[in-house]
Amino acid sequence: MSWEIVIGLEIHVQLATKSKLFSGAKAGFGAAPNTQTTLVDLGMPGALPVFNQEALRMAVAFGTAIDAEVCKHSVFARKNYFYPDSPKGYQTSQMDHPIVGLGHLDIQLEDRSIKRIGVTRAHLEEDAGKSLHEDYDGMTGIDLNRSSTPLLEIVSEPDMRNAKEAVAYMRKMHAIVTTIGISDGNMAEGSMRCDANVSIRPKGQEKLGTRAELKNINSFKFIERAINVEVERQIDILEDGGKIVQETRLYDSDKNETRPMRSKEEANDYRYFPCPDLLPIEIDDAYIDAIRQSLPELPDQRSARFVSQLGLSEYDASVLSASRTLADYFEAVVLVCNDAKLSANWVTGELSKYMNQHNVEIDQVPVTAVHLGQLINRIMDDTINSKGAKAVFDELWNQAGEVDAIIDANGLKQVSDIGAIEAMVDDVIASSPKQVQQYADAEVEKRGKMLGFFMGQVMKASKGSANPGQVNGLLKKKLDLLC
Amino acid sequence: MTHKTLVQIAKDLAAGKYSSREITQDIIADIKARDTVYNSFISLSEDLALGQADAADARIKVGNADTLTGVPFAHKDLFCTQGHTTTAASKMLANFVPPYESTVGQRLLSAGAVCVGKTNMDEFAMGSSNESSFFGAVKNPWDLNAVPGGSSGGSAAAVAAGFVPAATGTDTGGSIRQPASFCNLTGIKPTYGRVSRFGIIAYASSLDQAGPMCQTAEDAAIMLNAMAGFDEQDSTSVQQETPDFTAELNLPLHGLKVGLPKEFFGPGLNPQVAECIMAAVKEIEKLGAQIIDISLPNLELSIPAYYVIAPSEASSNLSRFDGVRYGYRCDKPENLMDLYCRTRAEGFGTEVKRRIMVGTYALSEGYYDAYYVKAQRIRRLIKDDFARALSQVDVIMGPVAPTPAFDLGSNTKDPVAMYLEDIYTLSANMAGIPAMSAPAGFVNGRPVGLHIMGNYFAEAKLLNIAHQYQQVTDWHLQTPTSNSVPVSNQEKGA
Repeated sequence: MSWEIVIGLEIHVQLATKSKLFSGAKAGFGAAPNTQTTLVDLGMPGALPVFNQEALRMAVAFGTAIDAEVCKHSVFARKNYFYPDSPKGYQTSQMDHPIVGLGHLDIQLEDRSIKRIGVTRAHLEEDAGKSLHEDYDGMTGIDLNRSSTPLLEIVSEPDMRNAKEAVAYMRKMHAIVTTIGISDGNMAEGSMRCDANVSIRPKGQEKLGTRAELKNINSFKFIERAINVEVERQIDILEDGGKIVQETRLYDSDKNETRPMRSKEEANDYRYFPCPDLLPIEIDDAYIDAIRQSLPELPDQRSARFVSQLGLSEYDASVLSASRTLADYFEAVVLVCNDAKLSANWVTGELSKYMNQHNVEIDQVPVTAVHLGQLINRIMDDTINSKGAKAVFDELWNQAGEVDAIIDANGLKQVSDIGAIEAMVDDVIASSPKQVQQYADAEVEKRGKMLGFFMGQVMKASKGSANPGQVNGLLKKKLDLLC
Repeated sequence: MTHKTLVQIAKDLAAGKYSSREITQDIIADIKARDTVYNSFISLSEDLALGQADAADARIKVGNADTLTGVPFAHKDLFCTQGHTTTAASKMLANFVPPYESTVGQRLLSAGAVCVGKTNMDEFAMGSSNESSFFGAVKNPWDLNAVPGGSSGGSAAAVAAGFVPAATGTDTGGSIRQPASFCNLTGIKPTYGRVSRFGIIAYASSLDQAGPMCQTAEDAAIMLNAMAGFDEQDSTSVQQETPDFTAELNLPLHGLKVGLPKEFFGPGLNPQVAECIMAAVKEIEKLGAQIIDISLPNLELSIPAYYVIAPSEASSNLSRFDGVRYGYRCDKPENLMDLYCRTRAEGFGTEVKRRIMVGTYALSEGYYDAYYVKAQRIRRLIKDDFARALSQVDVIMGPVAPTPAFDLGSNTKDPVAMYLEDIYTLSANMAGIPAMSAPAGFVNGRPVGLHIMGNYFAEAKLLNIAHQYQQVTDWHLQTPTSNSVPVSNQEKGA
């Protein structure tokens, strides 16, 4: 049977506020346990929450950035459950009245087409603390530093049909939240993580299949792997005549498998109700418009500018604007070399290839934008040819120093001395009588193709440094004289 | 020293008749000697109090004193006191020492008041008789067979017994007014949001409001001046200028429109209590007020609605008492679930558990709309009733409770009978309006309070009425020790 995959994502974005959602404690990563807490975060009797207005501004900025409905009336609700790292016995979240309503996000698919993914809602909520199971002699430690850290939970419609779409959606969200500056987007530190709801159904069937929820995935790579491995699992079960159980599952990246989280039989009834300690959030058009107006250039706008101002293809523009840091890098390269097309080719080409090979993100690449720009300058002024340029790039990746020094040190300077090239051309012709004869016997229109052999020989002789244009011209002239 | 008013003590301190240290020592000695009878205090904070008293004496000496500087008072044991146990009258918090002071406590301390100790109460403020305390029931100083009312029963008894001139209370459904009524005190529940809830252990957050319990309206006004005010740490506290609540005490009552809701005088009301109330209303009419019959048609619904909303919020508010971070923890828990279950089963008393169960049920999936949402709709109806009534009249009067203080143990087996005690007081909390109780006579030696309710932020008006009433009556001046059996209204011919 042919299956259709249905994926919806819930993305948790940690907002980059200075203090927590409901207390004045510093919101940050890596401090000693329980040193970034106040009475509120500790759930002390009598302590009361105070809503951080900066978190509100950030949530509204997100809503306007994805062109969603920003709700003028929203309400905090309590989600009641017991867990040791939930100090109040409830999490303050939003239920019936979220701050951001319906919106959408356009993603680019592999076939370069654009797909629109629905965003159901986005709501503000506080994070829980952490349970530390190691280092406590069989006991569990509780660290409440993260307690009450502000999160924006962004819920998508089940609009994605494969893991790659889910990754594209997540990347686009990442680009937006980092572009508008509401999160540092650091996935390794958990600033952005997602739950994926995955189900399958026979192609053509309208009714959704039973879904599994994959919890807390914190890298783009794992999203793709987790979804794919979960889809395989579900297909195996259904094709063996089994049934999918609706449950929460955990992706184990070491074993590349998903497995159920324990104790899911106890169905949780969270008993949501409006939090009586917090007033409903009431905002007006003026507030929302002011935030909308202050938004920086968004990824889609930047992409459009890359096309209209820099003359890039729509595809290159969309690839380059998909991440704020990538787009910033690209523009920094252009600033140095002033050639957008070459810059785009290098960033989407060689640079991306190396990033994939070495498994690094753009903010970790060892080649600076300035170096890449200088490298492109040396291509444009004919100092090096493209083969030499690739060698220089490789040296730059290994942090071997400055562009010009690398060119000199490795003898990569392109030979444009016509006398030297002519000598090499003459050598090659003289040592290849058989190929010269074949060339002469060939019909005139087929000779162009046969030139390749001689080109290769000359370039080899020059160790790649000969100016290919000059070589080509000389070869043609001299061979044609022999015919 | 007993039964001096706050104003009198303040005058004595200013005149140097005695120091704050002296009166504080006397009071603590008095409590140690006599409170074995009433059980009105859970703990005394002697060392802290003497430190505060010395600081107050220093302020008085340099002429930097407020009215409250050096004046002793008691805190309901629901207010967090930094460095001193705060139990909420529960086994759950019997060993809990807060690392911080409540906003109200901080304000009183800043004014120079001296906190001598923490008063008994119904466990987590859940009760109308002070019989649900882990630290034992409190006896009414007017009649040792009677309850003092609840939940601020210890505060009421401590003032009525003459230990302190003032005590703090909290009122979620009548917990200041009903014990004030039962113990012949003047107590006021301010407008919701007038007094910060920060540092007061929450029972039902949307209903809880703190206020003073004193002998006179003037004392209550002075206490409220210190307690009230916007607090940025409480999001539900109201950002509004706090008036001087003593400023209007002496205004005449000419032209005051007083509404008497017929629902407050229905079949459930003890006829002798009704007589006391009508006599008091008559007195106020004599002072120039106009009496108008009104109706609050949804009053009856306030009981079921309250007993959905308050337990719902409580079930969530009390979730933090889980044995993980502070307070009681069961012995040798086997696992997490065992820790939760036994800690809460052993740490909470019966009434608290009952309300947690009721609230948990009301908020459950499938029941939420039928209970919680419906109760909120009733709350809106009650608010509208008051809005309508208060567009016709300035204040509303009636009884605080259907009966005088009942006997200890008489209602403990029937929670619903206990809940019915709150019929007249719940609605003010549901609407968020200010309401107070002022002494208005006695029935068989047990006090009766006059209930005065007003519009939002009309505390000064309520205190003005009570004060004017207290200028022409002396119910509030009677003390359990002043005469062995207080005379009833009829005998006195009020």
